[in-house]
Amino acid sequence: MSGALLEVENLAKHYEVKRGLLFGRHVGSVRAVDGVSFSLGHGETLALVGESGCGKSTTARLVLRLIEPTAGTVRFEGTDITQMRGEPLRKLRRRMQIVFQDPFASLNPRMTVGDILEEPLLVHGIGDKASRRARVNQLLGLVGLAAYHVQRYPHEFSGGQRQRIGIARALAVEPALVVCDEPVSALDVSIQAQVVNLLKDLQARLGLSYLFIAHDLAVVKHMADRVAVMYLGRIVEVAGKDALFANPRHPYTRTLLSAIPRPDPHRDTARQIPGGDVPSPMNPPPGCHFHTRCPFADERCKAEVPALRVLEGGHQVACHHAEALPAAPAAEGAAAMSPVAARRLELYASRRGRAVAEAG
Amino acid sequence: MTSLLEIEGLRTVFRTHGGEVAAVDGVSLAVARGRTLGIVGESGCGKSMLSLSVMRLVPQPGTVAAGRVLLEGKDLLKLSDAEMRQVRGRRIAMIFQEPMTSLNPVFTIGSQIVEAMRAHDKSATHADLRKRAIAALDRVRIPAAERRLDEYPHQMSGGMRQRVMIAMALACSPDVLIADEPTTALDVTVQAQILDLLRDLQGQTGMAIILITHDLGVVAEMADEVAVMYAGRVVEKAATSAIFDDPQHPYTLGLLGSIPRVEETRERLLAIEGAVPPPFQLPKGCRFHPRCVFATGACQVDMPPLRMVAEGHEAACINAPVEAMVAA
Repeated sequence: MSGALLEVENLAKHYEVKRGLLFGRHVGSVRAVDGVSFSLGHGETLALVGESGCGKSTTARLVLRLIEPTAGTVRFEGTDITQMRGEPLRKLRRRMQIVFQDPFASLNPRMTVGDILEEPLLVHGIGDKASRRARVNQLLGLVGLAAYHVQRYPHEFSGGQRQRIGIARALAVEPALVVCDEPVSALDVSIQAQVVNLLKDLQARLGLSYLFIAHDLAVVKHMADRVAVMYLGRIVEVAGKDALFANPRHPYTRTLLSAIPRPDPHRDTARQIPGGDVPSPMNPPPGCHFHTRCPFADERCKAEVPALRVLEGGHQVACHHAEALPAAPAAEGAAAMSPVAARRLELYASRRGRAVAEAG
Repeated sequence: MTSLLEIEGLRTVFRTHGGEVAAVDGVSLAVARGRTLGIVGESGCGKSMLSLSVMRLVPQPGTVAAGRVLLEGKDLLKLSDAEMRQVRGRRIAMIFQEPMTSLNPVFTIGSQIVEAMRAHDKSATHADLRKRAIAALDRVRIPAAERRLDEYPHQMSGGMRQRVMIAMALACSPDVLIADEPTTALDVTVQAQILDLLRDLQGQTGMAIILITHDLGVVAEMADEVAVMYAGRVVEKAATSAIFDDPQHPYTLGLLGSIPRVEETRERLLAIEGAVPPPFQLPKGCRFHPRCVFATGACQVDMPPLRMVAEGHEAACINAPVEAMVAA
């Protein structure tokens, strides 16, 4: 896959755990990311999905080289960036940016929005004062804020607006890759929808590639082209969005999907949720990490680590029994919504389209 | 009388330098024994302040300015502080969103559960209460309850801590459980476990649950009735199936359009433009009109009251149902 923007191979990050005050003795290691491989094409969105502690955010930070990997390579536009330092690394940082989860913590409260958006341009020595000003105004327009917002401080904005500022800051230096680390998890539903739509619009306009970190599969369904599911530091399944949602092959992916509360009161809530929590990454179970919670696990799963292997149609899965599993419970009827509700939502959509057209 | 807990015309205000701000503004709701009432809304809609008002725990400088909270016909707002203490925990219990900040990090969970029981049972021996605490942990399916009792909150996962909170809330068999975003901080598989647990416990004890959440998916799975709140007021209230099958208020429609759905093929979400107005800058007339795609001139004049739009279904919108208005 030479056309890929980003290729990650066997990436790992282990944290040493030490006990004792002065001469910490080594008591183990946390394998936060444990041999992860994936690729991301130009203009594509790959979602990394999993529950807390699965290593998705660590993977994102490794890709950006905000932390150093223990092993593995990250190739960006064909060059390995894990050994890069000095000026080339600084130049590289222009090409990859990040949008953080918490729009309250990720903006400096003592800087105006104008200063926040100008800072990346200053850091990278882009343009003169006048052209930077113009760029800041352009960025504000791009994310749906107004030019007069330049003088304001972050506290004067709502959560959704702040996330727009964070997105504008990431786009200031025209990156090719934007890592979105749970960009909508801290927002209210109505605002979440605005930001999801904005991210999609920006991708279409600017040809961005997104590495989209999320725990919410429903949001991923709207954002991603491909989805990689992580569990305890490993990728357990990778597939195109439609294949993954229509026919999940890994028992963990099925668990995640069935656990989502659906906005449909007529749905039968009887479902199989495995008991227990995600095991501690300091002491993960041997063999397949998921075997302690998996309804299909047998002796082999306890002993042998399943490799990520390719099934039909490029669907990758790390499960010994992927072929033998019973068919995934039939995907429930598309958006089970009553005709009345659907009709009213149509009306809402057409009204809203008109209002947006008039405003534009 | 069918309702166990009835809230009538509740108004909770904060007196600030800028004048009086109503966080809850004339809310009436009821929940019956064994039933679950879902209260849905976004941040700042007043849903948490409503539950604190019921518990009489509104933080300073807030006060409940008007209304009644009737528990089996008795107005809680008229009770003395001592009488109210007997209601909290024993009759109405509450669980919060963040199980880490709701538990005291320097005491074992056992001592915290025993403390809660002690408040309502001065005569029992310590050994007795400890036995009851173990039973309480068993009931919320915490494995090895006896050993867990001597652990500190930081030794437990988020899901386990939330189970401890539920065990504590249910320790005195309350009639009403107020759950304020009980699963928001949890992972989705753990959330499913906790929701299943709450449903089972309700089946066993027949308690009423007031479930406060922003997640329409959680409401669809848990609630019998739903009240949608916006800017301190209830804008729609109905049986859960009616809210989803026959949504009347444009805000409810907007919320339904905003949620990403796994079964959805449509890529673009129907967002609601703008943001919730701050409580000290509420617009005149219907508080939703600046964000409403169906708003007319009349919406800017008078605040629409809740009115019956179908049997057992109320909405506070002069234009509902919207198709009638579009056809006209």
